[in-house]
Amino acid sequence: MDQFTPLSSTIGGLIIGAASAGLLFANGRIAGISGIAGGVLKLGAGDTAWRGLFVLGLCLGGFVCSLVVPEAFAFGIERSGVALALAGVLVGFGTQMGNGCTSGHGVCGLGRLSFRSLVAVITFMATAAATIAIIGHAFGGAL
Amino acid sequence: MNRPTTPQLAVALGLGVLFAVGLVISGMTLPSKVVGFFDFSDGTTSWDPSLGFVMAGAIAVYLPAYRLTMRRSKPALAERFRLPTSKGIDGRLIVGSALFGIGWGMSGFCPGPALASLGGMTSQALIMVGGVIVGMVLFQRLMPAPKA
Repeated sequence: MDQFTPLSSTIGGLIIGAASAGLLFANGRIAGISGIAGGVLKLGAGDTAWRGLFVLGLCLGGFVCSLVVPEAFAFGIERSGVALALAGVLVGFGTQMGNGCTSGHGVCGLGRLSFRSLVAVITFMATAAATIAIIGHAFGGAL
Repeated sequence: MNRPTTPQLAVALGLGVLFAVGLVISGMTLPSKVVGFFDFSDGTTSWDPSLGFVMAGAIAVYLPAYRLTMRRSKPALAERFRLPTSKGIDGRLIVGSALFGIGWGMSGFCPGPALASLGGMTSQALIMVGGVIVGMVLFQRLMPAPKA
């Protein structure tokens, strides 16, 4: 599955944009996954319920899709459990510190023409590219 | 703080499902496609630009939808819009985004696809999401946001 998929990726992107726009239109909220998920962990903050349900919906959607197209979840790269756990900690810590991820800064922030989000997107794209280049050159593509 | 109404909660659940479907169709639950977007090690022959098309498609919908929605005085189901108020570029934004990018490159997972893949019950997503939770809680304990 390493081939370029312009059509399905564009259609998927349109759907992601529509889901994000729907959350703003209906509930007045930004569809930033890391912000929504981070809020679930702050129990007692008062809006845990809708955040928890959105996260549950993400998992539920993934579950249903995995029954129909299990190949859509092929991992496809060589990473150890330790590398993944460490990556998870960096993603969790970093998105809380930087107030967003690919959805909050990338889709919603760029869509709102936020300069702050543009800086965030350029930063995380750059460090992701550098990380993948280092893994490719120094570790033979596996970690 | 107003408690969310049942329609708001139902919309949150439904849009979470829709968001996951979009991620799956786009190919973003395949970490190999994320890595392929950033991997130029073989020159451009194996470059996979798909991630750029996902972002472009999503922004193509969100940008005009945001403008149209903001003409309204309030959301359809809630009392008011809750938008980010931070404006400036600070160390937290840069360092946090940089750390996120490193973790994203290491795993091929950003938070949305990680959660959708958790629903797909892959062992990699399980480990990843476990790490994400630890990282989020660590940040909230060690560096709580300045009181707004």
